[in-house]
Amino acid sequence: MSQVVHTGAEGFLHRYEGLKDRLPGARLPWLAALRARAAESFRAQGFPTRRVEAWHYTDLRPVTQASFDEALTAVEDDLVLPAAHTANRVVFVDGRLRSDLSSWPTMATVASQIGRIEGRVALPDEPMAALNTMLFEDGMLLNIPAGTDAGVLEILSIASESVRPTAFHLRHIVRLHEGARLTVLEVNQGPDGTRYLHNPVWQVEVGEGATFTHARLQQEGALAFQLGSIYATVAAGGTYDNFTLNAGGRLVRNEIHATLTGTGAACHMNGAQLLGGGQHADTTTFLDHAAPGCASRQTYKTVLTGKSRGVFQGKILVRQAAQQTDGYQMNQALLLSPDAEMDSKPQLEIYADDVKCSHGATVGELDADQLFYLRARGIDEATARSMLVRAFLQEAVEGIADEALRGALEAAVEGWWERQA
Amino acid sequence: MAAVTETIETVQAATEGTYKWGFSTDIEMDYAPKGLNEDIVRFISAKKQEPAWLLEWRLKAYAMWLKMEEPTWPSVHYPKIDYQDAFYYAAPKEGPKSLDEVDPELLKTYAKLGIPLKEQAFLAGVEGAGDSAADARMPIAVDAVFDSVSVATSYKERLAKDGIIFCSISEAVHEHPELVKQYLGSVVPQGDNFYAALNSAVFTDGSFVYIPKGVRCPMELSTYFRINAKSTGQFERTLIIADEGAVVSYLEGCTAPMRDENQLHAAVVELVALDDASIKYSTVQNWYPGDAQGKGGIYNFVTKRAQCRGKRSKVSWTQVETGSAITWKYPSCVLLGEDSVGEFYSVAITNNYQQADTGTKMIHVGARTKSTIVSKGISAGHGQNTYRGLVRVAPTATNARNFTQCDSLLIGDLCGAHTVPYIENRCLTAKLEHEATTSRIAEDQLFYCRQRGLTQEDAVGLIVNGFCREVLKELPMEFAVEAQKLLQISLEGSVG
Repeated sequence: MSQVVHTGAEGFLHRYEGLKDRLPGARLPWLAALRARAAESFRAQGFPTRRVEAWHYTDLRPVTQASFDEALTAVEDDLVLPAAHTANRVVFVDGRLRSDLSSWPTMATVASQIGRIEGRVALPDEPMAALNTMLFEDGMLLNIPAGTDAGVLEILSIASESVRPTAFHLRHIVRLHEGARLTVLEVNQGPDGTRYLHNPVWQVEVGEGATFTHARLQQEGALAFQLGSIYATVAAGGTYDNFTLNAGGRLVRNEIHATLTGTGAACHMNGAQLLGGGQHADTTTFLDHAAPGCASRQTYKTVLTGKSRGVFQGKILVRQAAQQTDGYQMNQALLLSPDAEMDSKPQLEIYADDVKCSHGATVGELDADQLFYLRARGIDEATARSMLVRAFLQEAVEGIADEALRGALEAAVEGWWERQA
Repeated sequence: MAAVTETIETVQAATEGTYKWGFSTDIEMDYAPKGLNEDIVRFISAKKQEPAWLLEWRLKAYAMWLKMEEPTWPSVHYPKIDYQDAFYYAAPKEGPKSLDEVDPELLKTYAKLGIPLKEQAFLAGVEGAGDSAADARMPIAVDAVFDSVSVATSYKERLAKDGIIFCSISEAVHEHPELVKQYLGSVVPQGDNFYAALNSAVFTDGSFVYIPKGVRCPMELSTYFRINAKSTGQFERTLIIADEGAVVSYLEGCTAPMRDENQLHAAVVELVALDDASIKYSTVQNWYPGDAQGKGGIYNFVTKRAQCRGKRSKVSWTQVETGSAITWKYPSCVLLGEDSVGEFYSVAITNNYQQADTGTKMIHVGARTKSTIVSKGISAGHGQNTYRGLVRVAPTATNARNFTQCDSLLIGDLCGAHTVPYIENRCLTAKLEHEATTSRIAEDQLFYCRQRGLTQEDAVGLIVNGFCREVLKELPMEFAVEAQKLLQISLEGSVG
């Protein structure tokens, strides 16, 4: 074994070279070729630096300076799983499916994907997606037939304890055919004492009139790097509904690309970032209105304590064809500590004239008048602050229709806030 | 002319020393050959008989510029500029001999703005027009208020009475070197950005204003008041200092389209406000935007920045940008002093193939600093209009406050409107608000106006003026009336 420590992009490329004959699907020529192309793209781009406009506020040096091992696939028997939120749950440990811990929904075709995903794997331009394509080992393939309601499915990704930093790259591919419905609760967790990189990529295709509700609960370990991205397309009359709760991790980037391709498609992206300590969380959204008469709604809330840093970047692109677009975006941040920092960059790029597009951004501390109002009614300061913070976050959470899901997310918000107090 | 002889002598004296000019130009020529190198920078400095420190300052800027790259991040597209294929020091070019030789389109616009013939000739750069009528240099807007001849002869006396210095920057270098040395480059350093570095190396002229302690400038200052302001120049450098408690309002540009042969403009404007001082800087920019097919037009790459150094100081930028093929401009405020205030009010119109990437930066450093940003972008034809702005709050800026509003109006489906705000807050007690909207002229608004007998164009003009009202009301009164007309003219042909 070589004793040379490989870090940064070079480290991952080195690992790819060493692993490529053993990666799942290595004998499938199309997949090997795709991984090789991804490797080329990643080699050319490397990890983005702050000089890259899209990464201006997020410094990946903690990731690039570390050295990661490929996750071990050995089965750990003493793994303690969190309680399931739904009847059906699929469990991934360190990026590999654990069918022994999973229960499968009956209504949908669900499979660990390698071998069945030919022609389905896209290769987006972004370097983190290229890294994922180069090294992904596992993920979900969810193919929901036309007119089927596949119900609710929980997908749990968990990192196991490890002395050496590990990295894993889940690749999930979701396709909803005409009129299909699916709700996914994605839960990401890991131990606080282990440094690991989780770099999942979701490819989502929502067919005509289909509805995909995607709630994400990000509670990675305290030292974890989470750099997930979602690439979604929504056909005419379809809806992609995303909610992301960022509460864990040391350095987190939640990147969502959604393209509305058919008339009357809709996309909702909501989320909350709950940050403390030295956490850094970045939500970056890109909404591409490519067809007429589509609607998009975004509401993101960030609460910052300690020395945390929050980032929101949201771009709405309205192409020339996308007349009658209705786009709305709001991002609000609440600073609760003098050492916290919030950076926002909402963006509109509009090429059609018959549109209604607006965005808003606010940053500030708790409103003194509101606090006074509550204090004047005999509520102590800590309770009053807590009420106001929870009320602030409520707006982002209340859009979730599914009660079980909303309950899970509200509980996560409560738990986080109690830990801060 | 004595001054010219003097210049030649000085340059010759420099030439006969150890340094040899790197080109074989007859020293009596009043332009430097094409291209840019250290010799050109030395030539400009020598021509202007500048002190050694300024030459060094220019050379340092040039050295920095060589190492810099042209910015590519703005949302503007243009063919690559060959910086070696331009003149950096040239006498004013020969203009048309009479109004008959002037582009009839330009004359039509003048007529619509109601500009008297004599001034039309001056604005169009007709030979001799400026000499025969010094008063024609008066800005049109001011002309309606003051008797131009009397102002032209008396304003300098009036200003001098209050101890106000208002002259060209070249003059200031000689007359008030200590002020220039102290403040030049203190707000926009030579290496600030690519165009600022270029400007620092080769700037030829511009305005210098100093308002002494406690003085309220008795009149609006404008570039056109300046006796020797024959042409605005390609690389203009403006420096305005308001000492403690001073108040000044400065007007730049003109509502009438200016004839200009230089395609590339890279100006630098620096404002310094000390304790309790207030500077209001208003711009109406209406340079040649190119023709309806997008050919030609001015590239306007400007760096404008103010430092509110003093407590309770205030700087207010107001701009109406209707001209230029490309506008790249971010008038900014660095709010250092406690309780200082920065304001930015902007209307930017892009029609035909014009592109504008403009906005502001508000950097909050001092406690209780406040900033307001109101930006109105209007796109028509194939125009592309981008608001790009930064609001940054340092941890020291306790209780800082910002309000930003960016509205875009689209006229037609081939244009684009973009909003790119950056909001960076590192202060717990700061309150920042940003909102942006994009819409088009509502059919019912148009219908309402048309039904009352307004033509389509008048109706659009009315609606656009209403859309921009919050900004236009910030303009000095004489300017505001002209600006309204200008908005309407700029949008001609975009509707219907």
